[in-house]
Amino acid sequence: MARKHVVTTINGDECDFLCESNETLLSVIRNQLRLTGTKEGCSTGDCGACSVILDGRLVCSCLTLAVEAEGKVIDTIEGMSEDGNLHILQRKFIEHAALQCGICTPGFLIAAKALLERNPNPTETEVRYWLAGNLCRCTGYHKIVEAVMDAATELRG
Amino acid sequence: MSDFVAYEDKKLKTIGTRPLRPDGVDKVTGRARYGADINLPGQLYGSVLRSPHAHAKIKSIDVSKAKALTGVKAVITSKDFEDMPSQVIPVGELVANFRDVTRNVMAREKVLYDGHAVAAVAATSETIAKKAINLIKVEYEVLPHVIDVADAMNEDAPLLDENQFTQGEIRVLGGDSTKEPVPDKPSNIAKRLTFVKGDIDSGFKDAHLILERVFATKPVHQGYIEPHASVASYTEDGQVELYTCTQGHFTIRAQCAKLLSMDVSKIKVIPTELGGGFGGKNNVYLEPLAITLSKIARRPVKMVMSRNEVFRASGPSPAGRTYVKLGLNKKGKIIAADAQIDMQSGAFPGTPLGQATITCFTRYDIENVRVIGHDVISNRPKVAAYRAPGAPVAAFGVESVIDEAAKKLSIDPIDIRILNAAKEGTQTYYGVKFPRIGFEETLIKAKQHKNYQIPLKENQGRGVATGFWMNIGMDTTASLNVNDDGTIAVSVGTIDVAGGSRASLAMMVAEEFGIDSDKVRVTTGDTSQLGFNFVTAGSRGTFAGGIVSVLAARDAIEECKLRAAKTWNVKDEEVVWENGFARPASTNVGPFEPLSLSEIARNATRTGGPIAGHCEKNVQGAGPSFGTQIVDVEVDKETGSVKILRHTIVQDAGKAIHPAYVEGQYQGGAVQGIGWALNEEYIYGEDGRLQNPGFLDYRVPVASDVPFIDVEIVEVPNPYHPYGVRGIGEVPIIPPTAAIANAINDAIGVRFETLPLSPPKVLSAIIGN
Repeated sequence: MARKHVVTTINGDECDFLCESNETLLSVIRNQLRLTGTKEGCSTGDCGACSVILDGRLVCSCLTLAVEAEGKVIDTIEGMSEDGNLHILQRKFIEHAALQCGICTPGFLIAAKALLERNPNPTETEVRYWLAGNLCRCTGYHKIVEAVMDAATELRG
Repeated sequence: MSDFVAYEDKKLKTIGTRPLRPDGVDKVTGRARYGADINLPGQLYGSVLRSPHAHAKIKSIDVSKAKALTGVKAVITSKDFEDMPSQVIPVGELVANFRDVTRNVMAREKVLYDGHAVAAVAATSETIAKKAINLIKVEYEVLPHVIDVADAMNEDAPLLDENQFTQGEIRVLGGDSTKEPVPDKPSNIAKRLTFVKGDIDSGFKDAHLILERVFATKPVHQGYIEPHASVASYTEDGQVELYTCTQGHFTIRAQCAKLLSMDVSKIKVIPTELGGGFGGKNNVYLEPLAITLSKIARRPVKMVMSRNEVFRASGPSPAGRTYVKLGLNKKGKIIAADAQIDMQSGAFPGTPLGQATITCFTRYDIENVRVIGHDVISNRPKVAAYRAPGAPVAAFGVESVIDEAAKKLSIDPIDIRILNAAKEGTQTYYGVKFPRIGFEETLIKAKQHKNYQIPLKENQGRGVATGFWMNIGMDTTASLNVNDDGTIAVSVGTIDVAGGSRASLAMMVAEEFGIDSDKVRVTTGDTSQLGFNFVTAGSRGTFAGGIVSVLAARDAIEECKLRAAKTWNVKDEEVVWENGFARPASTNVGPFEPLSLSEIARNATRTGGPIAGHCEKNVQGAGPSFGTQIVDVEVDKETGSVKILRHTIVQDAGKAIHPAYVEGQYQGGAVQGIGWALNEEYIYGEDGRLQNPGFLDYRVPVASDVPFIDVEIVEVPNPYHPYGVRGIGEVPIIPPTAAIANAINDAIGVRFETLPLSPPKVLSAIIGN
């Protein structure tokens, strides 16, 4: 079966790749493009470690086919800081000790960024339900929720 | 050098503050490299064929079609591994029977659980490797299987190992340890361990209230989000480089060397960033397979487990059936305690029997105690440690019965525990006499906590439970170098298992030198760079890693003082070290300006060469940890759903080096306990196959399941750590199961004796009532 040629934009850079038609976006991001900040925790869409933004929409890249990226814009964790400055969410995660092992952290940051773009002033409950698609086994979520709420406050200014 | 390093009560500059973690930026930017992020040039991809049966004889394996597939470079089965004699031997400070270890990594005569590895391949792509796996033909003769621990103990249960005869041992406090006679018939019970203190019969005779109950916990998985991953490269001259995500690279090296009959020096293990372990990443799974495939293929081989494989073939926690009998006097003092803990260990013996039996009643000062533990094999994956391994199984029962006793005697559940609490000088039934401990302090602070005073509404309830863990020291090493600008590089062999030990160790080293902690960089050394380190487990990372880092720092500081003495041309003992400077010990020594660490470092070449310190030590003096938790729940009587309203943790840390990381350990451990209590379980079908090997059907807590977890850190210093550190990671997972069950009982009057307390179970109990 001929491999498909896909042209896309990742973290602001134009990028093209060849992929099998049944290959996941996660597989291409990690194995071909070597953007290993996006993690594979389950490959069934249950843990959220592979979260990326596809044309402004939060998706599990393990449930997205790579060919779906054609002509679209993808944001991964590697593109989150700008000009050497951490995104406020990244900074707040460190300040609040909202990460331990860190394997789920990229997925949480991507998901939290998508939340704050839609809802700059979420309640604790809204944060908890929005992030319910991301599993963290280390922190018990306490400091993650605190970090996201604090980042929201700072972003609102 | 003395075995113990004494606690010193001194004014602290860095310890107790909250600097940013050194691994933080790598983790929030995606730079941190975990097991599956490692790629070597020319690597192949490995895949494992796993048993679909719970118990079956392997009659034949035909790998010819797989081998013939284009792109396949190696295919292995048990024939590629040496058989090992059945003997329990120490390897890398672990004690294991390598007859079992080699059979667990690759099934030989029989498969013993759904998911048991049968063959593995290495190929030029993952797709080809998976295709090749499907071309391997295995002929099985399916055998009767047994899953549940109670069933496995029945006389007519299918036997997993016809040569296994129960080994019994009785340890009487103050007496000798005696072996029990070997039974005539084989059974699935590998071991029986009995502890005896005093005389329970006379204790129960004097009791005013006797309660006797049987509880059951379900095996749960550690649930780390990072699946196991290893990349191995075996060179033409027989050297191995192995990247793997593990809690103990030195013990992985030791196990691989033993399994593959290799010199230890020929294997270098480089630990990757660890994406969670909680006890589940102490053992070999993929590592010996990847090395063997690489040896045959002569190329590096990368292997990564799928989530399905993680559930079916790694971990899970031990669990089992716990019988508890307590006898109390009218005032609520426990005067006799009896327990039997039947622990499932999976397909091979080696459940944490000692830990379950030792922790069972040890929070309390009881005169007459008997605890019997059974190590029982069944057709499940071999258990691995999981945070306080064994302790939650026992504590669920004991803490539930104490709660019931408090209710029957109309005593506050915290008061009854204060009345019975172990203190300094309490003689445990397993032999240790407690040094200074902080259990009572956690109970008193819990009772005073504002959350304990909040009034409850209808269908709401409050539960209390406690936990104990002994903690460990073990072999630990550190190597410290003073750089020429006065900054410090420390290499340690205790993996940072996520708690932030690299930060905590840097803080302790900074405190010793009297410099800022951001001038100290702690990294994890690979196995070629340091002396042996035991796995980071049993809450020893910050305790034992801390002791060797402090001693390495003191070693280097002594050298700095010698260099200052040389510079000033005074006697060695005329120099002291204070707040980052070498100073003359008194004004009589001479009018010398203090020399800073960076000045001494800059002149090191002229005063004798680079300055370093190191420490290699079998660390002693681990301080026992205790904690008390209060949980408020609300039960939805229409659905049976249990909502955690408030969760309060009061736990003795000894000393919180970095309080935010201590809070994080408490909160994370407690939420794992909430999962164990409410939802998590391995569900097996009649066919012996695991039915929920994925995060959709195996439900770990998510953010919307839990509230903020309130933490109060108690600090009763461990007398045998320079800064008073105890281990903190284990205890938080112990109390939640009983605390939640007790809270549900308080809310709706139903006492649950089996986990998990999932909505269908709670609802059927409500309807039944």
